[in-house]
Amino acid sequence: MTATTTAPVQEPEKHAAAKQSWWRDDSTEQMRRNLGLVGVLAVLIVIGIITKPELYSDGTWVRNNIFTILELASVIGVVTVGMTFVIIGGGIDLSVGAIIALAGVWSTTLATQDFGPGGMIFCALAVGIGVGVVNGILIAYGRLVAFIATLAMMVAARGLAAQISGKQTQVSTSSFINGLAANDFLGVPVLVYILAAVVAAGWVLLNRTTFGRRTVAVGGNVEAARLAGINVKRHTLLLYALSGLCCGIAAVMLTSQANSAQAAMANLYELDAIAAAIIGGTLLSGGRGTIIGSLLGVLVFSTITNLFAINNLSTEVQNMVKGGIIVAAVLIQQVQFKSLSQFFSKNKITTS
Amino acid sequence: MKHASDLSRRRLLLGGAALGAGALLTACTSNETDEPSGGAQTVAAGNNANAAPGQKVVIGFSAPAADHGWIAAITNNAKAQAGTYSDVEFKTVEAGADAAAQRAALQTLIAQKPNVIVLLPHDGKELNAFGLEAMQAGIPVVNLDRAFPDALAYRLQIKGDNYGMGVSAAHYIIDQMKAKNVASPVIGEIAGIDSLELTQERSKGFADTLTQAGFRVANRRAAEFTADSGQREAASLLQALPKMDALWNHDDDQGIGVLAAITQANRSEFIMVGGAGSKAAMEAIQADNSVLKATVTYSPSMASSAISLARLIGQNKGMSDLVELQVPKEIILASETITKENASNYLKLGF
Repeated sequence: MTATTTAPVQEPEKHAAAKQSWWRDDSTEQMRRNLGLVGVLAVLIVIGIITKPELYSDGTWVRNNIFTILELASVIGVVTVGMTFVIIGGGIDLSVGAIIALAGVWSTTLATQDFGPGGMIFCALAVGIGVGVVNGILIAYGRLVAFIATLAMMVAARGLAAQISGKQTQVSTSSFINGLAANDFLGVPVLVYILAAVVAAGWVLLNRTTFGRRTVAVGGNVEAARLAGINVKRHTLLLYALSGLCCGIAAVMLTSQANSAQAAMANLYELDAIAAAIIGGTLLSGGRGTIIGSLLGVLVFSTITNLFAINNLSTEVQNMVKGGIIVAAVLIQQVQFKSLSQFFSKNKITTS
Repeated sequence: MKHASDLSRRRLLLGGAALGAGALLTACTSNETDEPSGGAQTVAAGNNANAAPGQKVVIGFSAPAADHGWIAAITNNAKAQAGTYSDVEFKTVEAGADAAAQRAALQTLIAQKPNVIVLLPHDGKELNAFGLEAMQAGIPVVNLDRAFPDALAYRLQIKGDNYGMGVSAAHYIIDQMKAKNVASPVIGEIAGIDSLELTQERSKGFADTLTQAGFRVANRRAAEFTADSGQREAASLLQALPKMDALWNHDDDQGIGVLAAITQANRSEFIMVGGAGSKAAMEAIQADNSVLKATVTYSPSMASSAISLARLIGQNKGMSDLVELQVPKEIILASETITKENASNYLKLGF
């Protein structure tokens, strides 16, 4: 992190002559944020190398470790893509963990498993989208505050999941589903491909389609978006359905990882996803955010988890550090990118 | 106008598709198996003197709503055991979501004037006052597993041995390591929810016993008693310990995820010991085709025993094998070690 905080101190002075310095240019701001997160990742890996040199000296172990981190990030990463869309669109979805549990449980009931892996995947995706649509209708057409509506859904969906499963752990007997987490394709775990595909699709949808532009517009200023002819209500509904779809995909992935599903699964994933999106530079009030930033946010968290595991440190310490990182990331971004650049431009004016 | 009708047709199609998917989905919520489900752990009324039907006893029962296989088994066992006695009337109340809700439910139970109350509290400390109240009202309380701190609050306390679980798991691992001549084994531990006292006790028993043998836990990860958290923590643990000799996982339900992580990582160089004693774990131990070689019990069969003892208390009888004329005040189950050799004896106790 030190590497990233010292950099801006010199940069603005160097480019001060040019009116639009690279560092202060608004269009590259997100890129700088992402570079900061890459810096954090690099620091975490260096700490890993310093604390466990005997592990990091083994090439195969390092390769496996990278895939372990990516697999750890895969489920939460898929959820975070959906969450990023919802937050950019000015909303919030607290029900993602509960939707995963409901979709996972629903797709692993004995009746669903009879339909084979295709039926299970269809069921998980349909339940995810269905719950997302209900969220969307409540928020867009029922005019409920997103926080309240999805909070209610969080409680209700977990309740329904517990009801369906009879509070038991449901084991998945489908070798195809279980194989998703166990198998590699060309040396890369299948779950990593799924994560890559969802992130790529999310990036294209946000940056290269009208849907993405509309999302930013709705999140930035609802009234302006409405006057510009965007059907804000329908768009909001679609955002929650998209988040639900991501949860459905995540439910299949998590079921394959754990070979089972239960009502208590994906505990607190909503907070992990929101935290990852926030440190990835997504504005909680909407209108700004990137998929790549969110992905980097998820990777930072899973790298920390990995770092703590290989050093045998307790979960409590890990949670404290996680909390610290969320605050630090947001503070650094504010200080570094707003105040510092303003501070230096003011200084320039007064001194010259 | 043409545009509007287009839209409504599209909506009709979409709506139809959604309804169809919904109908298909509701058909998918069934968990019915074809085979008859036995599974509850009861002991048939034997031929000792206590088995003969006696004075009628009304037993009130309350346990937290199950969010885990073990708690579900507790309620099922109690119900099934009560069913085996012709002289027992079984009254159960839903305990609700927390200690306060359970307290309210228990008040309605007292109003029904049961002879004995069997109670697995949400929290022993919080429900202690209720125990005192019921005992004062002359209703004996059988405290199941989560102990009341106040000795006046219960007639009988029957519980599992968390510290003993750790001890049993460590003993099994020590024996195996000695047999294999491993001088300084790398031992991993996957605990349950770390903030619970029972998890701390289990880990302490495990660490204390290992220390006596000169061994230590190389890496310990805490999961959340769920399969997905077990998988997550096990994947991290396996990455941290590229070579391991033994692993203890506190809970067989989260063990589903731990075993999945081990399969996913293609690891098999170590032995694994489970905890609690689920049916799936026992079958895996019996089949002997995975790293899971043993499990140490924390059996929900204690609920069945609690009902039997509550009946004896209600009928003012003692345990026929003991000399005393009354049921003892405290029973702590031993944590037994299930291995391939004796798994068949325990299968009926699996949950």
